[in-house]
Amino acid sequence: MLTKDQVEHVALLARLALDEEEKERYTTQLAKILEYAAILNELDTADVPPTAHVLSLQNVFREDHVGPHLPPDAVVGNAPDKEDGFFKVPRII
Amino acid sequence: MRDYEAVIGLEVHVELKTASKIFCHSSTAFGGTQNTHVCPVCLGLPGTLPVLNRQVVEYGIKVALALNCEVARFCKFDRKHYFYPDLPKNYQISQYDLPLSYDGYLDYQTDDGRTHRCGIVRVHMEEDAGKLIHREGGKGSYALVDYNRTGVPLLEIVSAPDIRSAQAARAYLSELKTVIQYTGVSDCKMEEGSLRCDANVSVRPRGSDVLGTKTEIKNLNSFRAVEKALEFEIARQIEVCAAGGRVVPETRSWDEEKGITVSMRSKEEAHDYRYFPDPDLVPLVISPSWIERVRRELPELPAARRRRYQDEFGLSEYDARVLTAARETADYFEECVRQYPHPKVVANWVMGDLARLLNAAQVEIGECRVRPGGLAALLRLIDDGTISGKIAKGVLEEMFATGKEPQAVVAEKGLVQITDPKVLAPVVDRVLAANPGPVADYRQGKSKALGFLVGQVMKETRGKANPGLVNALLKEKLDQ
Repeated sequence: MLTKDQVEHVALLARLALDEEEKERYTTQLAKILEYAAILNELDTADVPPTAHVLSLQNVFREDHVGPHLPPDAVVGNAPDKEDGFFKVPRII
Repeated sequence: MRDYEAVIGLEVHVELKTASKIFCHSSTAFGGTQNTHVCPVCLGLPGTLPVLNRQVVEYGIKVALALNCEVARFCKFDRKHYFYPDLPKNYQISQYDLPLSYDGYLDYQTDDGRTHRCGIVRVHMEEDAGKLIHREGGKGSYALVDYNRTGVPLLEIVSAPDIRSAQAARAYLSELKTVIQYTGVSDCKMEEGSLRCDANVSVRPRGSDVLGTKTEIKNLNSFRAVEKALEFEIARQIEVCAAGGRVVPETRSWDEEKGITVSMRSKEEAHDYRYFPDPDLVPLVISPSWIERVRRELPELPAARRRRYQDEFGLSEYDARVLTAARETADYFEECVRQYPHPKVVANWVMGDLARLLNAAQVEIGECRVRPGGLAALLRLIDDGTISGKIAKGVLEEMFATGKEPQAVVAEKGLVQITDPKVLAPVVDRVLAANPGPVADYRQGKSKALGFLVGQVMKETRGKANPGLVNALLKEKLDQ
């Protein structure tokens, strides 16, 4: 059963600020979702190889050559903040 | 101190020398104006799809084989999640439970001449992150982000915790760098960040086989930093343990100026990366024939080359080590030996006068204007008596500065050795007449005086006289 602690942990990792009411509500809702998905555990998959990808494709490559770059104005064009062609972000450390 | 031993494992990141990035066509060129080597894929814009650069796999297999690893028949890419502005997507594409290769080893030698074997846990492929520039200013502090490096292909090489001292860690890293440079897949320049190293270290009572609590050290920007930081950190941990304390699991940063490691962050919250297979990339299946082709194309690796230099060329272990430390030097040496088959003589010139000139001018041997053929020609001029070994040193300097062939330098500067007794005899007479003291000394049995007289003749001829002939002529006159 999913606990409120786990919800708080996941919220922290996802940088979501949840209030107490939301934590309670999401604990119930997420638990229901997990419970539903758990139905899959009833299947016998002993003879089924693990699925790495839903497409039956492998070894899709590109060759090593340089293509066009995005024009500098376009790169930072949609940035909320910029300086000299850099993205400008709040202090980190 | 003696009651404890250190347990060290290194995580090394190597930037691969591909033209384009690992999952898109943007350039990998170092430097460049900020955010000019980027495209929608490496910027992580919505709706874009990464496609794997085949050359990255090729290079990865090469390094894996050079490190004696098993190459996986089947591998895939995973997303590693963390929030930091150097990653535009908020995840890094890496490999988690099915890496490119695993279970290898690297033999390396410490300064005391002992050989050690360090296990290689895995070698996997991933994308590099962008670069942050921190601008200080109290409340106005902020960071600038350049995504040129984002998506540059990296190999992460994780060693087993088999290293037992700071010096050994440095030796391992040095051998690893040499091996990778030989494979030609990376420049391995620590100062440009194309080779980066993080160290995991713990201490335990000597003789114990239980691992102590480890810390991870970051910001190791040179071989010296790796050694110094580990020395410091090992001593710090031993001090904590000896005082009955506990080492805290954490990431620490090496402060080069102060010569200490400082705590960056505790491990617990940092290491929940929520890996899962990247649905944008399909699995990679590597056929045995692909692996075998790469194996055949592997160059002779440094350890094998060192052995061959001793067996085939009769060089000392030390000479073999110096000459093979960089592939370019070894290639240069061998090409020279091919044209002038006296390995020991060539070794002395390459490691001596040539190395001195290269060092002084800060020139790489690959860019050296004296080509192997030129050095070989110079050595032949000594052998056939055209010039003396001493004059040859000057000729080499001139060749180094101008790129001219030795014959041309000798002709232009009139350096051809004087081998005609008729030309030398008057000089010998002059020297004998001017130095009655040493002459008398010699005749009274002080044979050392002969050396002085030879020197005087050489000086008179500005080094051009054939030393053997000078010797013979002097003796002939003195013994009369």
